[in-house]
Amino acid sequence: MSTALSNHQSLTGEDLPTLLITPPNRWIPLQLVELWEYRELLYFLVWRDIKVRYKQTALGAAWAVMQPLFMMLVFSLFFGRLAKVPSDGIPYPVFTFCALIPWQLFANALTESSNSLIGNQNLITKVYFARLVIPIAAVLSGLVDFLIAFVILIALMLFYGIVPGPAILALPGFILLAVLTALAVGLWLSALNVQYRDVRYTMNFLVQFWLFATPVAYPSSIVPESWRALYGLNPMAGVVEGFRWALLGKSAPPSVMLFVSVLVVLVLLVGGLYYFRRMEQEFADVV
Amino acid sequence: MSAISCEQLSKKYAIGRRERYRALRDVIAEAAARPFRGSRKEKADLIWALKDVSFEVPHGKAVGIIGRNGAGKSTLLKILSRITKPTQGSVRVRGRVGSLLEVGTGFHPELTGRENIFLNGAIIGMRKAEIVRKFDEIVAFAEVEKFLDTPVKRYSSGMYVRLAFAVAAHLETEILVIDEVLAVGDVAFQRKCLGKMNDLSHSGRTVLFVSHNMQAVRSLCSEAIWLDHGQIKTAGSSANVIEKYLDAASRNETLGDLNARLAAMPPDPAFRMNYVSLEQDGVTAGTVLSGKPLDLILGYTLFRDTPGFHICIRLFDVDGSMLLETIHNGHSAELPVVEGGDYVSRVSFPAEFFAAHAFEVAILPSIASQRDCWPRPLTIPFAVEASGKVNRAYPGYATPAKFAPLMNWRTERLSRVMSAKVSQ
Repeated sequence: MSTALSNHQSLTGEDLPTLLITPPNRWIPLQLVELWEYRELLYFLVWRDIKVRYKQTALGAAWAVMQPLFMMLVFSLFFGRLAKVPSDGIPYPVFTFCALIPWQLFANALTESSNSLIGNQNLITKVYFARLVIPIAAVLSGLVDFLIAFVILIALMLFYGIVPGPAILALPGFILLAVLTALAVGLWLSALNVQYRDVRYTMNFLVQFWLFATPVAYPSSIVPESWRALYGLNPMAGVVEGFRWALLGKSAPPSVMLFVSVLVVLVLLVGGLYYFRRMEQEFADVV
Repeated sequence: MSAISCEQLSKKYAIGRRERYRALRDVIAEAAARPFRGSRKEKADLIWALKDVSFEVPHGKAVGIIGRNGAGKSTLLKILSRITKPTQGSVRVRGRVGSLLEVGTGFHPELTGRENIFLNGAIIGMRKAEIVRKFDEIVAFAEVEKFLDTPVKRYSSGMYVRLAFAVAAHLETEILVIDEVLAVGDVAFQRKCLGKMNDLSHSGRTVLFVSHNMQAVRSLCSEAIWLDHGQIKTAGSSANVIEKYLDAASRNETLGDLNARLAAMPPDPAFRMNYVSLEQDGVTAGTVLSGKPLDLILGYTLFRDTPGFHICIRLFDVDGSMLLETIHNGHSAELPVVEGGDYVSRVSFPAEFFAAHAFEVAILPSIASQRDCWPRPLTIPFAVEASGKVNRAYPGYATPAKFAPLMNWRTERLSRVMSAKVSQ
């Protein structure tokens, strides 16, 4: 019955790793190596989220498509057809759908990661592991939905006869930027959410506000040239324009804006990591 | 070299706010109120769940941690398993720590048994390769072969805990920190669990085991630490420590504010309760032993002859279910008229009656068809530790039943089977 256990005879402890547990510190190292050690747990958590989502919902994968599709229809009707919002010479439905897909990836990843610690409090209070795994898993599990919706985008582009040029090679970089933006903000919000549940209620507002501050329904070209760099402070502006440039090819590469966006994300991300590591020492006591 | 060395370990909690989140609104309100309030209130609601706890556990030892609820046992385990940080002091741990503070952490009802084995295994710290290697063993131990591809939400509660325990029991770390995960499943499975735990504690790894079940601690651990109010009261050989603990527990501990609460009851024109006590062997009992009778003693004065006066005693479990009710003169043939005077009433719960659970006894004096003498009953909580003969053959088994009376069992062998082999 216990063969696997009894072959560990006496352990002297000479060669075992030593760990020192001490009171919380204000500044603690990021220890991304430790995160790497928990990569299998990360994989299982992502796998659980995806599996459960598709098992529990009747329409399963269709949800991944329906949300951006309906938003595209509404936007095309009201902004494209009725309000005559310019779309850089691209058919409005493709123009907006191309932006809605990274937007949806970002918005879902942000919401999921912000609520992730609260949603996994049963784990946090019972087992130790690198806590960063939780918001990261929440962000990554949204990628499947993204890929499904992406297939629809390709179909739509074919329908309008748009073939992407070599700029498409830059696309993974923009996907990464969208994911990192969601993670960077998600790290801050998830840690804050443990302490102050108000975060949950501000999420809806934040996401809606952010949507209108991002060139999803309109092109960033309506923003005056001199304000573009400032506009890049919203990293999703860089992501969305990057997507349009990489896939639809009409607009110019969003270089200045993108540079600012990447910088903002890096600052938010590093700051978020340190903030998270500092706060995680008290998660189990507070959550 | 020790596997675990704790030095002056302390953990402070804010009570009332313990393990609670705050709304931003509260923080703002507090900040706004701060200038108008002294800072002394801050200090009042802090408690030390652990205070200056130092001990060493050598490699390969199994150590039991005992003590009353709130003594700091769980806090200690949480610090050792790195779930929470100490406020002061430090711990040096040599080797990988696996913590089993509950079974089935992270089990997802929608996922199948097979999927949950992998998920739960990864959560408690097993590598995927390790889970694959032990998969068959885990499934066989849990006896769920047929239901591997059924979502666990369709499992019976027995199957669920068997699977959860099986995964946990196959965690192979040098140090194991276990919090009362023993008490799962039916009697047969409990025995299997106990066997597994026994193997674990004698397999050369270091085990820290928290339990209220003294028999289990005694049989699994060679040494024990008794925590009381966040401090080590005694440490040493488990038989010794347990004896001291049970001795002190049965003598005099928690009645605490009972007399204060009694004094605070509003006066009644016809009746006054003078004292109340809960005793075992003539001494006030805080923690009650199931092997001895328990007496509830009520001293009271009735100021005048009162028809229908009675004292009702009710017994509740911690969930608030009423388990029993008895009235001090309820067996009288007609409505009793209780004459004025001083009285002592005593009701005795027999030995071998309670199972090891927490209970509450409520005292309700009243006058039939007139009034209750008190606006609310006087309640006395008490916890029972198993000490008698009931189920002592299965020390790891904690019965879910509230009562465990010694029943009349008679078993006789009708014939002898000669050739059959005794199998496990």
